Amino acid sequence: MDFLRPTSLADALSAKADQPEAVPIAGGTDVMVELNFDHRRPSALLDLTRVPELATWEPTADGGTRLGAGVPYTRIITELGARLPGLAMAARTVGSPQIRNRGTVGGNLGAASPAGDTHPVLLAVDAAVELRSVRGTRVVPVREFYTGVKRSVLASDELITAVLLPRAGGPQQFSKVGTRNAMVIAVCSFGLALHPGDGTVGTGIGSAGPTPLRATEAEWFLTGELADGDLWESPKPLTDSVRRRFGELVAEAAAPIDDVRGSAAYRRHALSVLARRTLGWAWQDYRTGGDQRCA
Amino acid sequence: MTQYEGITRRGMLGLVGAAAATVPLDSGAAGAQAASGEVTVRMTVNGSATSLTVDPRVTLLDALRERLQLTGTKKGCDRGQCGACTVHVDGRRVVSCLTLLATLDGASVTTIEGLADGDRLHPLQQAFIEHDGFQCGFCTPGQIMSAAAVIAEGGARTDAEIREQMSGNICRCSAYPGILAAIRQARTEMR
Amino acid sequence: MTKPAEVTRSTTGGIGESPLRPDGALKVRGEFAYSSDLWHEDMVWGVTLRSPHPHARIRSVDLTEALRVPGVHAVLTHQDVPGTNRYGLEHADQPVLAVDLVRYHGEPVALVAADHPETARRAMKRIKVDYEVLTPVSDAEHAVHGDGPRLHRDGNVVRHVPIRRGDQNATAPVVVHGVYEVGMQDQAFLGPESGLAVPAEDGGVDLFVATQWLHVDQRQICYALGLPADKVRLTLAGVGGAFGGREDLSIQVHACLLARHTGKPVKMVYNREESFYGHVHRHPAKLYYEHGATEDGRLVYVRSRIYLDGGAYASSTPAVVANAATLGFGPYNVDNVTMDCWGVYTNNPPCGAMRGFGAVQAGFAYESQMDKLAAALGMDPVEVRVRNAMSEGSTMPTGQVLDSAAPVAELLRLVRDRPMPAERGELDLRAMPGGVSNTTHGEGVVRGVGYAVGVKNICFSEGFDDYSTARLRLEVLGGEPAATIHTAAAEVGQGLVTIEQQIVRTELGIQQVTVHPADTTVGNGGSTSASRQTYVTGGAVKAACEAVREKLLKLAVTRFGEPRANLTPAEIVSVLGTEVIEETVEWRHRPTTALDPETGQGFAHVQYGFAAHRAVVDVDVELGLVKVVELACAQDVGKALNPQAVVGQIHGGSVQGLGLAVMEEIQVTEGKVRNPSFTDYLIPTILDTPPMPVDVLELADPHAPYGLRGVGEPPTISSTPAVVAAIRAATGLALTRVPVRPEHLTLEEPR
Repeated sequence: MDFLRPTSLADALSAKADQPEAVPIAGGTDVMVELNFDHRRPSALLDLTRVPELATWEPTADGGTRLGAGVPYTRIITELGARLPGLAMAARTVGSPQIRNRGTVGGNLGAASPAGDTHPVLLAVDAAVELRSVRGTRVVPVREFYTGVKRSVLASDELITAVLLPRAGGPQQFSKVGTRNAMVIAVCSFGLALHPGDGTVGTGIGSAGPTPLRATEAEWFLTGELADGDLWESPKPLTDSVRRRFGELVAEAAAPIDDVRGSAAYRRHALSVLARRTLGWAWQDYRTGGDQRCA
Repeated sequence: MTQYEGITRRGMLGLVGAAAATVPLDSGAAGAQAASGEVTVRMTVNGSATSLTVDPRVTLLDALRERLQLTGTKKGCDRGQCGACTVHVDGRRVVSCLTLLATLDGASVTTIEGLADGDRLHPLQQAFIEHDGFQCGFCTPGQIMSAAAVIAEGGARTDAEIREQMSGNICRCSAYPGILAAIRQARTEMR
Repeated sequence: MTKPAEVTRSTTGGIGESPLRPDGALKVRGEFAYSSDLWHEDMVWGVTLRSPHPHARIRSVDLTEALRVPGVHAVLTHQDVPGTNRYGLEHADQPVLAVDLVRYHGEPVALVAADHPETARRAMKRIKVDYEVLTPVSDAEHAVHGDGPRLHRDGNVVRHVPIRRGDQNATAPVVVHGVYEVGMQDQAFLGPESGLAVPAEDGGVDLFVATQWLHVDQRQICYALGLPADKVRLTLAGVGGAFGGREDLSIQVHACLLARHTGKPVKMVYNREESFYGHVHRHPAKLYYEHGATEDGRLVYVRSRIYLDGGAYASSTPAVVANAATLGFGPYNVDNVTMDCWGVYTNNPPCGAMRGFGAVQAGFAYESQMDKLAAALGMDPVEVRVRNAMSEGSTMPTGQVLDSAAPVAELLRLVRDRPMPAERGELDLRAMPGGVSNTTHGEGVVRGVGYAVGVKNICFSEGFDDYSTARLRLEVLGGEPAATIHTAAAEVGQGLVTIEQQIVRTELGIQQVTVHPADTTVGNGGSTSASRQTYVTGGAVKAACEAVREKLLKLAVTRFGEPRANLTPAEIVSVLGTEVIEETVEWRHRPTTALDPETGQGFAHVQYGFAAHRAVVDVDVELGLVKVVELACAQDVGKALNPQAVVGQIHGGSVQGLGLAVMEEIQVTEGKVRNPSFTDYLIPTILDTPPMPVDVLELADPHAPYGLRGVGEPPTISSTPAVVAAIRAATGLALTRVPVRPEHLTLEEPR
């Protein structure tokens, strides 16, 4: 097996071009499980931990954030809680503190597991994934990134170099159900972002379908309700029926299965609750202009 | 004086395997790709410069245990779900079972064997003994390494904080109340 | 109670104190040598090929390709087992390596030794086994009464224990029925099965292994290898937790076989997935109960049928069945009882010992019934328990009279009368069901309080010759009297080595006590299970001290010309001089008797332990997530030889019970294990573990050394039903199955 240790992005891209079968590894928290159990035996590993371009984040001109694919979760929690509130909330639930010191959003996207904790937020905030190869750079909306179970549009010669997240123009929430109170894989999860700027809302569903999913009907419904009631301008409390309907539509958008972590029926049920609750918290934040309720 | 002898199996057997493939620092091979597909990694382990040439798939955990004979770091699950293999890499705690050794060229690694100051136990080690923070002790090296990082990061101010920050270290004997008490005590002493 | 012998009171670190563990410094430094840490410069690595099917006929096994892998030293099948290819704790019904049939998912079929573990694994994958897959028998109740296949020669019933006492046709004005289920819990000790077998020049083998019972391992290895006991020598390696899961063999025979075939030391270490296949689990159970009571809440009769799924092989199922049956009515006075308890063969993973051992399954059911009865009567659940509580002098359903303290009512009152934990304060996600996963800010959260009490037998039962052996050596070292205590009893984390030192210090009035490694060069120490080691090995150590002391005092007569009642350390030094006193003593607790096979009557258990819990939980009733807020325990320990260790045991048992209540289960579908990893077999973390205040009673048992009562298991019995009772109180749901899953809390109809 080859072990490739590029020290610049250019070198990394040419290495990936030369050996497209090389498996990129940054924090390693996902890939290593497969290596340890010999479930995967790649012909080459591509170590990205020495590529400085991947390990930084910076503000973008439009007020958003360009998050290097190799920034570990711990830094997202400690450095980006205000800029990327939803993502920071999700990052806090990833694995254990030790995992969060190594694991990265780039890895989460690379694995493209429906249970990955950051996907619902990335979907909800309408993030984009920056993919690079020696052929050039393309930016793919995350909503078009996932193509199947643990599959994505990532080409074999490409690397995930960054995630582009728009400015958080409104409240964001993330909520995840697990059967233990810490260090647990999602039974299901939900991300929500309110976008007062254009009067829309974004959603993301995790662990309840072959890929992370958007609840498009729920988004349209809520966007319509907020517009019809002129609620962005004069934000009254949302009625119980609006919150419930939103929850139902989110549950309907899911395509869950029964597995050892939970039943399909429970996942749908739980998603309706998570959606209703997160909407309540986000709207409350919007109304009061308060800080994120991230206790 | 108290002794307990049921312990140094290696000493008893008298057949300790040496660090078979430790290469001298001046080999000049660091970072180079060995012909066989092996990788040479230079790093500092518990303050000592070390160089290892390994298959790229070798984890930090296996390298510590099988190449460097540092068996204090434990293998409990192979997938980052128990925390028994927690060590520090460049001051941050990581699970060594999910850390590829080959990615650590130039890194500084601290394991449980590097925590005490000679014969003097680290305050956390002492506190774990005093508060019965373990029974079988298999998770203990990982618990202590994790706790040392939590305290250093300032993340052990309240019980709730300690509980959240220590939630990546399973103790099946459930000595959690003792662990909590030990961290509280050491937090004060480490100031 | 037995009075402690006269001791020199200047001793510190004796019984009743909490001296530091002798293995503590090594453990916190990472220097304690666990079985997985063993190393030999010439060693090769052994791995096990296991069946992927729960039930299949083996048509053929082809080793050709495996043997061709460079670096492979041996590939073995059942044909290479020189002795009898059978082992088992109570029935030798399990093949060392499968012959023509596999009966569970994970059953060992072949072994490989190679110079590197990965080489061994690769070679293992090249072994070709041709299986004819058979339909698995997966339902225990059906296996007993149904018309399915017989999995073993004598049928599918491992053991049936009936109990008949009193009026079998009793009636009562208030009757509650219930059907309960307990999922398959795993011991999940963190230190995986492992050991090192070293072939010896005399044709024997030396095995260093983590186990609970060296001598029973030795016996089974000898049988399989066809070797006499003096050729199979075992030494206890560091044990990374046990909880029952190391009472059966794992790597023992396999490693010795490979060592003898290769002529090289062989190390075997399971990874976590293999560990799930490599040891027995807690029996899943289905339990039918009917309780009849008077209108003022006094039990008139209890009738029960219990099915314990023993899986493919017997392991300790017969003893688990006896426990579930004899303890299956709980610590309550009831004159008329009917019990039928079955332990059953299926094609599920083999089940055997786990902390609580049959009493856990029954405890969940009978305590659920007591709550149901309280509800039917409109009575307080503690009150209905207190009203029926056993006490000293009560008669067990086996006819055995409790001849020492049985403070059931007092334990219940202690947990009931504790101040309640504070209500939730300001929003802190870490205090919420769901934790930092941010599932609720208080919405849907309902608090519930639940109570339970349980009973567990201590030590081995039913006439078993239950003893331990202690060898004590006293000499002068460096001008001080020094003792070395040697037993074969396994320290698995519980602190037995500390207790042994404490007893010697107390009995001999000296400070310096060394604990010799446990091995088979000294007599049987019995199993580290049934909460028995402090009682039995502690008793043996005490008896050895008495024997040494007697010799010492005789020597003192010669030295001083007159008898002395007591010797100071300085006097011991002058009496001993260069002499060494060594005594080896076998010590037994008072005998028990078998159960009558028709009526289940008999003096079956030597001692009973009692514990009660109060659980306070917050349940998110919409999401079905649970946060245990507090888990208070009260337990009678007779005498706390080491108070700190006693509390540690109570905490440990309580949390394992909490785990069974809300998260721990090996999920098995048609005989296949679906979650053999710590990703999906969840164990409580520190964030799931609430404050656990403990009340310890010390009501001496006059029959036991120092009056002590076994500690480790009783809290495991009452913890689970207390947590579930609290969840019921919060939700109003019936909750008849553990672990309680979010689905059960959100998708089931209220009762």
